[in-house]
Amino acid sequence: MSFSASLKILQPLPLNSTRSNEKPLFFDPFRSPSKFLGSRFRIPSLSKSNTRSRSSPAVAVSEVVKEKKLKPSSNLLITKEEGLVLYEDMILGREFEDMCAQMYYRGKMFGFVHLYNGQEAVSTGFIKLLTKRDTVVSTYRDHVHALSKGVPSREVMSELFGKTTGCCRGQGGSMHMFSKENNLIGGFAFIGEGIPVATGAAFTSKYKREVLKEADCEDVTLAFFGDGTCNNGQFYECLNMAALWKLPIVFVVENNLWAIGMSHLRATSDPEIWKKGPAFGMPGVHVDGMDVLKVREVAKEAIGRARRGEGPTLVECETYRFRGHSLADPDELRDPDEKAHYAARDPIVALKKYLLENNLASEQELKGIKDKIIEEVEEAVRFADESPLPARSQLLENVFADPKGFGIGPDGKYRCEDPKFTEGTAHV
Amino acid sequence: MLPTPLDLYTQTLRGLASQWWWPAVFKPLHFPQISRLIGSNPFQRSNSINAGQSNLSLEKKMWGIVRQKVGAGASSIPALQRIRPAASSSRYYSSAAKEMTVRDALNSALDEEMSADPKVFLMGEEVGEYQGAYKITKGLLEKYGPERVLDTPITEAGFAGIGVGAAYHGLKPVVEFMTFNFSMQAIDHIINSAAKTNYMSAGQISVPIVFRGPNGAAAGVGAQHSQCYAAWYGSCPGLKVLAPYSSEDARGLLKAAIRDPDPVVFLENELLYGESFPVSAEVLDSSFTAPIGKAKIEREGKDVTITAFSKMVGYALKAAELLSKEGISAEVINLRSIRPLDRATINTSVRKTNRLVTVEEGFPQHGVGAEICTSVVEESFGYLDAPVERIAGADIPMPYAANLERMAVPQVEDIVRAAKRACYRAVPLAATG
Repeated sequence: MSFSASLKILQPLPLNSTRSNEKPLFFDPFRSPSKFLGSRFRIPSLSKSNTRSRSSPAVAVSEVVKEKKLKPSSNLLITKEEGLVLYEDMILGREFEDMCAQMYYRGKMFGFVHLYNGQEAVSTGFIKLLTKRDTVVSTYRDHVHALSKGVPSREVMSELFGKTTGCCRGQGGSMHMFSKENNLIGGFAFIGEGIPVATGAAFTSKYKREVLKEADCEDVTLAFFGDGTCNNGQFYECLNMAALWKLPIVFVVENNLWAIGMSHLRATSDPEIWKKGPAFGMPGVHVDGMDVLKVREVAKEAIGRARRGEGPTLVECETYRFRGHSLADPDELRDPDEKAHYAARDPIVALKKYLLENNLASEQELKGIKDKIIEEVEEAVRFADESPLPARSQLLENVFADPKGFGIGPDGKYRCEDPKFTEGTAHV
Repeated sequence: MLPTPLDLYTQTLRGLASQWWWPAVFKPLHFPQISRLIGSNPFQRSNSINAGQSNLSLEKKMWGIVRQKVGAGASSIPALQRIRPAASSSRYYSSAAKEMTVRDALNSALDEEMSADPKVFLMGEEVGEYQGAYKITKGLLEKYGPERVLDTPITEAGFAGIGVGAAYHGLKPVVEFMTFNFSMQAIDHIINSAAKTNYMSAGQISVPIVFRGPNGAAAGVGAQHSQCYAAWYGSCPGLKVLAPYSSEDARGLLKAAIRDPDPVVFLENELLYGESFPVSAEVLDSSFTAPIGKAKIEREGKDVTITAFSKMVGYALKAAELLSKEGISAEVINLRSIRPLDRATINTSVRKTNRLVTVEEGFPQHGVGAEICTSVVEESFGYLDAPVERIAGADIPMPYAANLERMAVPQVEDIVRAAKRACYRAVPLAATG
């Protein structure tokens, strides 16, 4: 009975086989001396006209990276320093989320809490390439994106505890992380909702360059979302407009194969999401989202394209979440074999192996990093736990940027000037 | 281009456009039909950016379907007098007569704010080359270029969200919905992405954006295109909701909305666009703004308070005129701002007149009138000499048939009747009390 889905699950990645067969349709990366996305092809066609850019090539880059790894050790994909940064960020993401689960079950946090375990390679692989000025737009599964983008773990933890020291003073919550300083602009809890906002952020970079004459504005926006979102209309609306206006954005699909309990294969007519890029005139790339180095290589190229003003890229990262959709999800539909298959491909274990095999780090160094992170996360919990709850006066604050937005009271004065206003007791 | 007989005919029709029953504009889908009737091809890539073309030939595309019953009113002289000379410039108010259409008021407000602040830009369907579905953005593409006047694909959710994202980063987008009915496709971004973000981010990220477009019942366009969103958006914290009536309102409030650091829903009315209002020199000054959250007393009176917004202010004023002939002095409050609501002005007026009639086009349940009634009951209960009269649109989807449609929205005589009820019903009570 239950059902075609479970049958398909037995081969968790039927996608891969079709992918390689279709190569002839697209530009062949192996023939090109340049690294990814056929940059030599792309530059002339994109710079000339919009119409020609429609034919920009799409590549399943994961193949490229595989190819590279076959030619052993001659050129490493990362330096030691880079490797340690990636490792630390991924460990932080993992440890933080594991701690969230504990704290959730202990009743320290509440509501919907969606954990990122298993997908760390995507967040780390992309966000660690950004500058502080670059923008990240996330989904409800946003804790780790916030951490990668530089929001201190204690502020994220405190936000989850609903404390006033949180990055949004306890007013945002698990699904709504914002940090103006780090240009993290949400935290969008609805499917597809973040994509237009991210596109608007990318539009701002273009506007700053072209209208406000800030010639040095090279800010790039990353929009993260999942496979389920790729069946939502806003995704297509924004692919179209981003390509039409050549906006500096990378659409990062974290395809973890499941939208809560809906298998990607059961929900999507053509499960190869990356193919939708070329349909809108932008490169579409598929990458193994369980391998941070591959993700990083693709991300480098895509972010570079955006920064050079060459337009958007759609990157499908095939990944997997090790936990349920949220901590309230009994996670009964996913096949244990499928889970085991991906558990064996844990991105952190893979990176560790790479670092050790290539002598980029010693076991001791990595343990040192892990211990440091464990301490950091414990400190974050202490900090959050000891922080005060939001004061009553906070209730009515921040509804408007302009406190006069509350209008004029019965006494003819602005309501915000009523002393009771900040005590949270004014009648609004 | 010489005016053809057809042009003259359209001129006449345009003059009538200020009448409530005059038909409205549709989504482009309907245009072939209109163009057959009017005789111009709207899909023609018009030279509309060229200044040479007259206002009329631009606008004739918009003024839609000719309905038989209109013929009866076609000779009405006051209506004809409102016609602008075909050769007049778009800056109509700069001529000697200190009158201005709501359309020009909105256009000049956009123009001035764009010129004052390079962060202000327009986006929406047909705002650029087409010059605005209702010509509100006429001439702005030519003046500010396609980087600042963006024609978008038909993607309400997409472009509203893009506007919000740009506002997060400090730009000041003015997003036009061809009509507010289409904002339902984007309501997630208006409420979730725009209104809530300043709060969710604890004040880190403000959203200085304006969503504007025609709202409310047009004429003959059926249920999906005839709806008032004042109560919908008015119920949402984090939004400011404005509904201008006159040219002064339109100019002052739109300029204030664009300068405001918070998201503003700006509800215009397509049947008012062509209407002219006298404007003072102060209103024409580029520094003029109207305060958000403050109602305007359009007409002072002592017997009954009538609150209204948008087109219904005109009706309330007409009703007040009729009532005055019967010895009832009505005070008409133009709300201007639905949220924040100027409860102070309303209650002060009710404490003076002791009677209240609320008027709105929208649905009655949980409407703007309901909120005003509550406010008065809460704050001025002891001052009321009669039950509050609440006039609203009928509690039904808008019917198409013209006679039914007329019955479904408030009319001047409804307001007169309600005001009389409020006053006369109170008289015996007052006498015996």
